[in-house]
Amino acid sequence: MSSASARSHVGSGAVSRWSLRILGLGFLALLLAAPLVIIFTETFKDGISPPLDAITSENGLHALKLSLLMVAIAVPLNTIFGVVCAILLVRHKWKGNAVIDAVINLPFALSPIVIGLALYLLYSTNGGWFGPTLAEAGIEVLFSVPGMVLASIFVSLPFVVRETVPVLQEIGTEQEQAASTLGANGWQTFWRITLPSIRWGVAYGVVLTTARVLGEFGAVTIVSGSISGETETLPIFVQKQFDAFNEPGAYGASLLLALLALMTLLAMNLLKRKEDA
Amino acid sequence: MGISVEGANKSFGDFQALDDVSIEVPDGSLTALLGPSGSGKSTLLRAIAGLETLDGGRVLIDGEDVSKKPTQKREVGFVFQHYAAFKHMTVYENVGFGLKIRKWDKAKISDRVHELLRLVQLDGLAGRYPSQLSGGQRQRMALARALAVEPQVLLLDEPFGALDAKVRKDLRTWLRHLHDEMHVTTIFVTHDQEEAMDVAGQLVVMNEGRVEQSGTADDLYEHPANEFVMSFVGEVNRLGDDFVRPHDMEVVLDPDDRTQEGLVQRIVTLGFEVRVELVLSDGTEVWAQLTRNELQRLELREGQIAYLRPIQAKSFNGSSSSDSQGASTPSGSQDGGDAGLPAAV
Repeated sequence: MSSASARSHVGSGAVSRWSLRILGLGFLALLLAAPLVIIFTETFKDGISPPLDAITSENGLHALKLSLLMVAIAVPLNTIFGVVCAILLVRHKWKGNAVIDAVINLPFALSPIVIGLALYLLYSTNGGWFGPTLAEAGIEVLFSVPGMVLASIFVSLPFVVRETVPVLQEIGTEQEQAASTLGANGWQTFWRITLPSIRWGVAYGVVLTTARVLGEFGAVTIVSGSISGETETLPIFVQKQFDAFNEPGAYGASLLLALLALMTLLAMNLLKRKEDA
Repeated sequence: MGISVEGANKSFGDFQALDDVSIEVPDGSLTALLGPSGSGKSTLLRAIAGLETLDGGRVLIDGEDVSKKPTQKREVGFVFQHYAAFKHMTVYENVGFGLKIRKWDKAKISDRVHELLRLVQLDGLAGRYPSQLSGGQRQRMALARALAVEPQVLLLDEPFGALDAKVRKDLRTWLRHLHDEMHVTTIFVTHDQEEAMDVAGQLVVMNEGRVEQSGTADDLYEHPANEFVMSFVGEVNRLGDDFVRPHDMEVVLDPDDRTQEGLVQRIVTLGFEVRVELVLSDGTEVWAQLTRNELQRLELREGQIAYLRPIQAKSFNGSSSSDSQGASTPSGSQDGGDAGLPAAV
């Protein structure tokens, strides 16, 4: 009898487990998978050439290059900043930490469009704080690459810090202390002990930063001026194609963006698997 | 290389971890820093390694003041309670770490690492990661790592604290043998007095950031400087102002003018040793350590009345201590007369 009741208990457990699974998967399918699938089918509705033409057009290729340039500049800078900042927050306790901690989250809290406007005001040659001085020195920030890089850095700033802080806290300081007793100086300890210990936290932060920089639209649109073939990143290109009723082109570029993000994730997973093996 | 610490002070906020601590560790000795948690023993060890900066005082290694030297230049081997294994490195890489930092060439590193792995009986596990080792193996790896760079001194912070009893016992025997072979000046921190006495030639007893007493195990056991040392180094019963070791408590069935009456509450047999717990008429709980044979001769039962006769007692009045052999009993002579039982006739 007891086994029978145990079995019925297991049975009801399985039922509820399966209904939870179906609920979860259904939610994901509806909200995440369906839009991706429809982008895929819509892109190739009229064959492979319309999206391919749009992407390989001069403006399309330029947008792709510009997006990759944003990644190439913003991601390394934010990675270095993020790791340094995380070490400061975790390893060097002082009163200012709470302020830094709060400020770092600002890009998460602010709408990108607000960030874009703030940068616009700051660097405007027409009465901005820094704009006129920089213009005199011959540096153009707004409507050119420097402004877009600034916007990309701003919006993606917190990821590496946020992913690294908990890992740093978890590994503690004993391994670093052990390294110092073995003769390693601060720099050697950082490269040989600290960084390898936090590398997956940092890598995850890098992936999220990359994805964010690739996809950023709001802030970059404002500071870039969206000049086709000059200051147009892939997301802005998508929007322009969409506005011009070139749907296959818009979807094609969207798909390209999604593929880039996917490749970043895959690259991390491959690295990780190689590490575990 | 001898180590001395002179007038060390260290506070963490309001907490004074070290209060004017001075110790002297002779060259080649194996010394234990013994004390309860919060006594400052780990802080002192870490200060010797340079992992804590002293607020005041000096640390000298081989006569040289190293107080201003950073840890990596002090050439100390340090072993942590929780091993501090480099998790992303193999056993081989862990042990070779200090040598790589010192830019030894590969062949020399390989020879030295394998020599040490043989010494700590881990040869064959060189390619494993720390997560694939047991606690005892990890600690031996940490020891090999510390010894690889031929440190001037070896410092161990509760090295066996996280291990189970059996492994612990094996490792401390092993550490003693290792020290006999290598003669590197070694200080190890422990809160376990048995471990300290088993392993170390010299003990420093610490309490509340101060050194209470230092000396050999026998010194401390036979001539404790104060109540704290007496109760920390070995078991003790308190009878009024007197302190009596449980093995100095004789249990008899016939009272005389030197005995106190007690009710046998519990008899615990721990192999050859028997622990008899009694409660005196004033509620004081004491215990006597008997042998199995003695217990059988007395035919003691739980719940019966027996009589206690301290063979040797100690009292600490003010700063001086006095030994009283055989004669003194606290009963009757204490102020108020309620400290012990009036001797029943």
